[in-house]
Amino acid sequence: MSAETATVAPVEKARAARSETVRRFVQGDLASLRVVVGLAVIWAIFQFENDRFLSAENLTNLMLQITATGLISIGVVYVLLLGEIDLSVGAVSGLAAAIMAVLNVQHGWSPYLAIAAAVLAGTAIGLFQGSVFSRFGVPSFVVTLAGLLAWQGALLQVLGSTGSINITNPKITGLANIFYSDTVGWIICALVIGLYAGVVLVGHRRRVAAGLTGESVAPLAIRIALVAVIAIVAIAILNSDRGLPLAVLILLAFIVGMEYVVKRTRFGRHIYAVGGNIEAARRAGIRINGVRVAVFAICSTMAAIGGIMGASRLLAVNQSSGGSDLLLLAIAGPVIAGTSLFGGRGSVWTALLGALVIGSISNGMDLLALSSAVKFMVTGGVLLIAVIVDAIARQQRQAAGRI
Amino acid sequence: MTSTALLEIDGVSKKFGPVQALDRVDFAVEPGEVIGLVGDNGAGKSTLVKTIAGIHSPDAGEIRFAGKKASIARPQDATALGIATVYQDLALCDNLDVVANVFLGKEEVSPGPGTFSRQLDEARMEHQTGELLSGLAVTIPSLRSEVGTLSGGQRQQVAVARSLLGEPRVVLLDEPTAALGVPQTKQVLGLIGRLRERDLGVVVISHNLANVFEVADRIVVLRLGKVAGSFEVGSTSEDEVVAAITGSGGNGEPPA
Repeated sequence: MSAETATVAPVEKARAARSETVRRFVQGDLASLRVVVGLAVIWAIFQFENDRFLSAENLTNLMLQITATGLISIGVVYVLLLGEIDLSVGAVSGLAAAIMAVLNVQHGWSPYLAIAAAVLAGTAIGLFQGSVFSRFGVPSFVVTLAGLLAWQGALLQVLGSTGSINITNPKITGLANIFYSDTVGWIICALVIGLYAGVVLVGHRRRVAAGLTGESVAPLAIRIALVAVIAIVAIAILNSDRGLPLAVLILLAFIVGMEYVVKRTRFGRHIYAVGGNIEAARRAGIRINGVRVAVFAICSTMAAIGGIMGASRLLAVNQSSGGSDLLLLAIAGPVIAGTSLFGGRGSVWTALLGALVIGSISNGMDLLALSSAVKFMVTGGVLLIAVIVDAIARQQRQAAGRI
Repeated sequence: MTSTALLEIDGVSKKFGPVQALDRVDFAVEPGEVIGLVGDNGAGKSTLVKTIAGIHSPDAGEIRFAGKKASIARPQDATALGIATVYQDLALCDNLDVVANVFLGKEEVSPGPGTFSRQLDEARMEHQTGELLSGLAVTIPSLRSEVGTLSGGQRQQVAVARSLLGEPRVVLLDEPTAALGVPQTKQVLGLIGRLRERDLGVVVISHNLANVFEVADRIVVLRLGKVAGSFEVGSTSEDEVVAAITGSGGNGEPPA
């Protein structure tokens, strides 16, 4: 019996691995790929309507427009992975920006200290909201809705009677307005490609060393080549305009770092477990409340960082900072790009992809001089479609699980 | 009660309000022995298993493990002693793959600084999972399949494999074949047989007498919280066991 299974196994395994890839594609684990296709369609349509859309200048503007939302969305992804929601991210981003501006402009704090204080304020807010949620079992929806109101009030309080503060400190405004020279851009590009190749190859060697046949070398080479092409094209485009913006570098660094935490560390694995089956996580000895509080702290911290980036780009903080549609777009982005609202599925990259989709729609419609009425309706439609796709994928998985 | 027993339950009682869920229950499991624990609904099977697993603490009586008195106040105590429990609802994360589920809560990490930044050692976990499953002759299409895509039998096998990770000496299985098809039931029964070959003590709760007769060495019947009989599989019949379950005969307890 065991000899028989041993001989059959390699062939079966290869076939299973292939069908596994196909299944993933169909069932939406590779939802990101669908989104990339969708993004390409959106870009093609706008380019067809207005040939300035895909110009280096506009693409650079697009990247700058999405950094603040993208940074906030990173935290939202963490909360969504738990199957929870944080409605306070917009208000927290505005409050953090106001704290930074007041400390720097009115109290003369150094920009670094002001930024650090604003980020820590975000962390403290997250710890508080996460603790209330896990300690009292109040739904996260309600806790963060209360937060949304309270932090908006705090924003007005911090700004005081002026209602608006202009930021002039070059260290702060530089976050969103520094561009690197062509040479630095290419050096960073080479570093990124080299690092990625190194990580992939080391991972492969470890699998081989552990006696796992794993994937063959060809797909790895294709993955490295793909990343290299994307990096080179991106840098070439950015360099033909103003160069690689610091803001984009910051966004990418956070995405890579936070993706590492969620996919490669024990803490990240526990986030997926709690989001997937809380009872299973509890019985496996995972400290559910610790994970929850940490995730809400991360989310509010990222919201604060996004708020600082937004203020740097706007060169000011005012009473509507972090208001309007920022919250909804920051949550809609990852969902559009395939992070499930039901918890346990998604990746940090969806923060970037989703921000790109929403940013492209908004940017393209601005170029076509469409009214914001149309803009909101189209973005709403895209979000609705994305959520329906998510719900259908979930139903299919449940049906498949029962067979 | 022989002295070679791995796990001995001695006069354990448990009351929930006015309900006497367990009434001076005695039984023992030896290494390499499969006990079928049967009884009607409400007979106290699940309560007994939960008491051994540390979810309930007994009101009276004593649990001995490997000859020594054990105090099991929390589930962790049972795990530390070497008692693993697989519950009926399995408690697997459908969104994670087989390897992640087997190692859930016990993930291996690469050496390095900082608890937060340490990388999961996926290669080692996958290798160990592969060895664990092939040692049990469990066939699963891919160790990287999401558990949600597996069949009921495969999920049950993953749950059992996972319970073996801490090298337990006693495994408690709550209704492992409920809701499984015929071929899948066969797989799981085969798996229980292989646990016996590893010299583990196994306690299987089941409603399905045919399955119990197929896999168990001894059958312990609970009725209204009391042991209503203990039968060697080789020298008993289904009728005798059914009689003990329903209380219309059997040894140890007069008819109700």
